[in-house]
Amino acid sequence: MAEYQNIFTRVQVREPAYPGVDLPKGELPRLGTPIFNYWIGKIGDAQIGPIYLGWAGIASLICGFIAFEIIGLNMLASVDWSPIEFIKNLFWLALEPPPPAYGLSIPPLGDGGWWLMAGFFLTASIILWWIRTYQRAIALGTGTHVAWAFAAAIFFYLCLGFIRPVLMGSWGEAVPFGIFPHLDWTAAISIRYGNFYYNPFHALSIAFLYGSAVLFAMHGGTILAASRYGADREIDQITDRGTAAERAALLWRWTMGFNATMESIHRWAWWFAVLTVITAGIGILLTGTVVENWYLWGIKHGMVAPYPSEITVQDPTLLQGVSQ
Amino acid sequence: MKLLDRKALVIAALGASAFLAGCEMPPPDVVQNGYRGLGMHTNYNPRLLQASLDANVPPEPIPAASAGGPKAKDLYKNVQVLGELTVGEFNRLMVAMTTWVAPEQGCYYCHVNEGFEYDGIYTKVTARRMLQMTQDTNANWKDHVAATGVTCYTCHRGKPVPEYVWVTDPGPGQPSMLAPTGQNIAAKSVAYSSLPYDPFTPFLSQDNNIRVIGDTALPQGNRNSIKQAEWTYGLMMHMSDALGVNCTYCHNSRSFYSWDQSAPQRTTAWYAIRHVREMNNDYVTPLGEVLPASRKGPLGDPYKIYCATCHQGAYKPLYGASMLKDYPSLAQPLPEGGLEAVKAAAEAAAPVEVQAMAEPAVEAPAPAPAAAPAPVAAPEAVAPQYPPAAPMQYPPAPAPR
Repeated sequence: MAEYQNIFTRVQVREPAYPGVDLPKGELPRLGTPIFNYWIGKIGDAQIGPIYLGWAGIASLICGFIAFEIIGLNMLASVDWSPIEFIKNLFWLALEPPPPAYGLSIPPLGDGGWWLMAGFFLTASIILWWIRTYQRAIALGTGTHVAWAFAAAIFFYLCLGFIRPVLMGSWGEAVPFGIFPHLDWTAAISIRYGNFYYNPFHALSIAFLYGSAVLFAMHGGTILAASRYGADREIDQITDRGTAAERAALLWRWTMGFNATMESIHRWAWWFAVLTVITAGIGILLTGTVVENWYLWGIKHGMVAPYPSEITVQDPTLLQGVSQ
Repeated sequence: MKLLDRKALVIAALGASAFLAGCEMPPPDVVQNGYRGLGMHTNYNPRLLQASLDANVPPEPIPAASAGGPKAKDLYKNVQVLGELTVGEFNRLMVAMTTWVAPEQGCYYCHVNEGFEYDGIYTKVTARRMLQMTQDTNANWKDHVAATGVTCYTCHRGKPVPEYVWVTDPGPGQPSMLAPTGQNIAAKSVAYSSLPYDPFTPFLSQDNNIRVIGDTALPQGNRNSIKQAEWTYGLMMHMSDALGVNCTYCHNSRSFYSWDQSAPQRTTAWYAIRHVREMNNDYVTPLGEVLPASRKGPLGDPYKIYCATCHQGAYKPLYGASMLKDYPSLAQPLPEGGLEAVKAAAEAAAPVEVQAMAEPAVEAPAPAPAAAPAPVAAPEAVAPQYPPAAPMQYPPAPAPR
């Protein structure tokens, strides 16, 4: 019983390494001899490998490697090829999109061209990886839920780096590749467009994001708590409801009146996760294209709470006799 | 197993301590400067604030000079700015300047063997121009420095070159095929953000547009880009860092651009930006003609003024202590008759003080640079060629279609 009341997995099932069923003719082989790792077994299955890459996976890795190299070498070049400065400034370095004056034209390599190229290869890599997730699902005879959830995330990524810049007519609107630079960009887009706090799709995305975390905690907690009654067989219990499903349901019904089911909780989780990025993407697409200043838009639509101001400050440029 | 647990506990405790070592000891002092509930606070760490308070104490004023006596211009040669002072007042100011600017080097930092009137050394020419700048500041930029005013000490603090100055930053060297972006380096100038590390050249020397936020709900042709916003953001990071305050000292963070929600301090800062720009362009940059390379940046522009130069981490330089009241000769360009004339004019204007304030009558009588009898050229000259040709700031995106 105590096995289920620990932070980490207490049960490690060991069996001879399983290479998987034979692959159809013409497919690339699975790679690697399976190994077992006790510590990995603490957080997941102790068996590592084999991995199936296939053509899409290999092409994805190649494209990803190219993008990684373009970004990394540009960062290294931006500190004059100094490895020490590179490490010192690693979190600050970036590959920036082209200056806005280029619009949507192809800029010189050194003035944003590398960014376009890195973006192309990174996008290719991500889409090829998506193809892989889709193909593996089909090959295993499962549904393609994971692939479509991943596609939603890719939609958000494309909104930020491709669709919105195209709508705005400037590559310069896109996100730089870099650790702190992309965070500063995030702050800057909110400031430039009058505060994302008043962007309703930003708000929805946050609600779904935080909601995802709450659902994850509720579901994970419920299943672990009821696993002594067989909740580990949660999918079985969708149709063949046992005491675990009953007790888990009662816990929530008695706590908050409503309860999900063994099936619907997974749909809740999937939709919350997917809607996080879909609403985020819509919020990005509306910014600058449809709405210029979210704060003023919020005033227009009665979202902004008023409060008394004791001192009203005036814009000095509007005062007479003041030089700019 | 027991042993493992104890070891794990020790390791966890060590890890937690290391993690918390980066935190500041609570509680912070919080000063509210906006309507309640808006988070318009300035936060102070009491220990760091005390250190800053101790470091920002003005020196004791020198005893006042005895009244009367001949004018400095009648007794000394080549006194262009302070000639109307009495000799006693003049010498008192010279002593004060020495302790403020060159306490170790003494008089000879500016006055060399050829005679006290000799202008052949850059420090003397610079000091004269800085005196004019100080007088101009105190007379014409009260929107920024108020009646508190500034003296040499406000920036210099006993050092010939103020501790906090800036020059146009060409950034780290990089291959010529890469266009510099002017950002993405761990830079102290913008409080270690990855924002553009030299927002000073475009905003505190050139007068590029700082405002990027659109002031309409729907798009109406504002093409300022996000990159452009980062330059403004960089300048704001410096201002925040230099004054030891956060964004909400001036702004209501729910709408950075709205003046009607801002704190009054934002108006002061607005004038401050214009003031600093004028000081850099009218006073400091032209001195590039006479300043040696040791007082210039890699691109040959002289050390210039930004917020930190005077503020040095305090929301008001020296936490608002006024040194100017003890040195009235720095309060304005000296008219005919010196301080006596200033006093008489103030007394005459006293009954209609309000009107005198409203009227920008203190028209700086453009300090006429008397033909310098020295080998050094007059300070007002062509500015050196900077910033470099590379675009330091991004022009807006072309309008679509």
